[in-house]
Amino acid sequence: MINQSQKLNTKLFETDVEKKSVREGFGEGLLLAGALDVNVVGLCADLKDSTKMNLFADKYPERFIEVGVAEQNLAGVASGMAAMGKIPFMASYAMFSPGRNWEQIRTTICYNNVPVKIIGSHVGVSVGPDGGTHQALEDIALMRVLPNMAVVSPCDAIEARKATLAAAQTKDPTYIRLTRHKTPIITTDDSPFEIGKAYVVYDSQFNDSEELKKSVGIIATGSLVYQALLTAQILAREGIGVTVLNLPTIKPLDEAMVVALARKTNAIVTAEEHQITGGMGSAVSEVLAQHYPVPMEFVGVQNRFGQSGTPEELLKEYSVDEVSIKKAVLRVLKRKNL
Amino acid sequence: MELLTDEKKEELVFTANKIRQSIVEMLTEAGSGHTAGSLGMADIFTALYFQILQHDPDDPFWEERDRVILSNGHICPVLYAAMAHAGYFPVNELLSLRKFGSRLQGHPHREFLPMLETSSGPLGSGLSQAVGMALADRMDNGRSSGKQFYCFVGDGELNEGQNWEAVMLANKEKIQNLTLIVDRNNIQIDGYTEDVMPLQSLVEKFESFNWHVQEIDGHNFEDIISAAGEAQAVFETPSVIVARTIPGKGVKRFERNPEWHGKSPQTEEGVSALKELKKMKKK
Repeated sequence: MINQSQKLNTKLFETDVEKKSVREGFGEGLLLAGALDVNVVGLCADLKDSTKMNLFADKYPERFIEVGVAEQNLAGVASGMAAMGKIPFMASYAMFSPGRNWEQIRTTICYNNVPVKIIGSHVGVSVGPDGGTHQALEDIALMRVLPNMAVVSPCDAIEARKATLAAAQTKDPTYIRLTRHKTPIITTDDSPFEIGKAYVVYDSQFNDSEELKKSVGIIATGSLVYQALLTAQILAREGIGVTVLNLPTIKPLDEAMVVALARKTNAIVTAEEHQITGGMGSAVSEVLAQHYPVPMEFVGVQNRFGQSGTPEELLKEYSVDEVSIKKAVLRVLKRKNL
Repeated sequence: MELLTDEKKEELVFTANKIRQSIVEMLTEAGSGHTAGSLGMADIFTALYFQILQHDPDDPFWEERDRVILSNGHICPVLYAAMAHAGYFPVNELLSLRKFGSRLQGHPHREFLPMLETSSGPLGSGLSQAVGMALADRMDNGRSSGKQFYCFVGDGELNEGQNWEAVMLANKEKIQNLTLIVDRNNIQIDGYTEDVMPLQSLVEKFESFNWHVQEIDGHNFEDIISAAGEAQAVFETPSVIVARTIPGKGVKRFERNPEWHGKSPQTEEGVSALKELKKMKKK
């Protein structure tokens, strides 16, 4: 059942659950961060409306720089501003930033270790009709490999708002990935959030040894947290115990929570709207392989590019939905009880 | 800017020669590194650190200092040597260039030597950072900020498209306290610039982006200092100084030869180069 301590949206499983795009949460968060600190500045590469940086740009035009369609320059200018004491948020579609400007991010932001916050919107196949060129499925891998970089993947608009505010208060280069389409509101203002922390959002409370044989841990990030919760509900009715860990920070990873979940369930499924290679599941497997190896299954995009379609069609086609999570749970259960 | 007296000019010539000697010594000791561009820019770096810059080597983090952003990080021997001779750190530290644990990394790394304004090496990123620094400064101090932002790029480096993204933004934002200095030495690692990727007409290129452009002899101290002064006096636009330099300047066998872009002198070559430079000083 839903973990009450997380103070999640009480209408979570209702059909009329409120929906909002995650990028809107970023826009609101940046506005708040801007009010709290005059050193917060915004930079955009000709996408301020679709990244929702327009809220900040309209309120603080004197702290906003429009660089045009020039993502390499975007990163360099942000780095220069950070060197002078600013906390720059640079926004574009993730395919272009950090997609196009990876080396500039590596050298001028991470190697210099300056507090630039990189906002990559339009991640995952759920971008929809724009097609594969605009659906970032590699950005977690690109960013988590960089020393000094933190990587955050909020599950809903509220978490995106909190992540933005939290990022404005750290000294670290930080990447925040955002989905485009409207998704259910999972958390509330009162839900806990800290960069670097993972949260148990659902727990079947299987505790005796017979029950635990039929239990699985699902670690989900971003848009797939909601799908994981739906899956958990269904599986609970079928007598399978599920603990769902919401993992908004992919780096630094909350190793203690991940290992504790593996110890409890002895079987892990990871779920993310990203290539399986190099993504959040890979990060989790790096930790578990070292500290507590258990059977794992990965839900994510399998070495393919996206295409046009509705978000729903694409999430199904690319096996990054509720059904795929359920299948992965059943697979990992079989391996666990061999 | 101060007028250049004969005495001062003589002093600058002397200092530039010392800096060239340091460059040869440090590169010979390191056994690798970029000789031609470092020697070619010695006069401009001397003029900068001993005449033009508002800075304080005893207080490298002085808030009001002018900023020097070296985009073509591979010529860092000249930056390190100018900084050491200006008093930022001991001259004998120069011999640690490129060695394990040294603050003087093969390409500049600000985490190792925090008094640098940035790290560089991969080409094409410095101007963007200089523009960002100047924009941040303007947000805090307005357009009458006293700071100047000096960015160095190599001519071959201008092959990188990112430079032109930054050139456009600097024009759009009318960053008047930004001076870009192009080391127009006509060589890059694969040969002569006009063979690898023609850059002419460089002056017209910058003019068409509405920059204030000056083309100078990069070995003439009067030219260098007066161009920097004129760049400061221009208020409507950013400024670029296209500095015509001789790669390897000061050591005949290194001069104008693209082969010396990316290599360092062998011990014998270093000894004879030093001899040649020491003779020049006596003249």
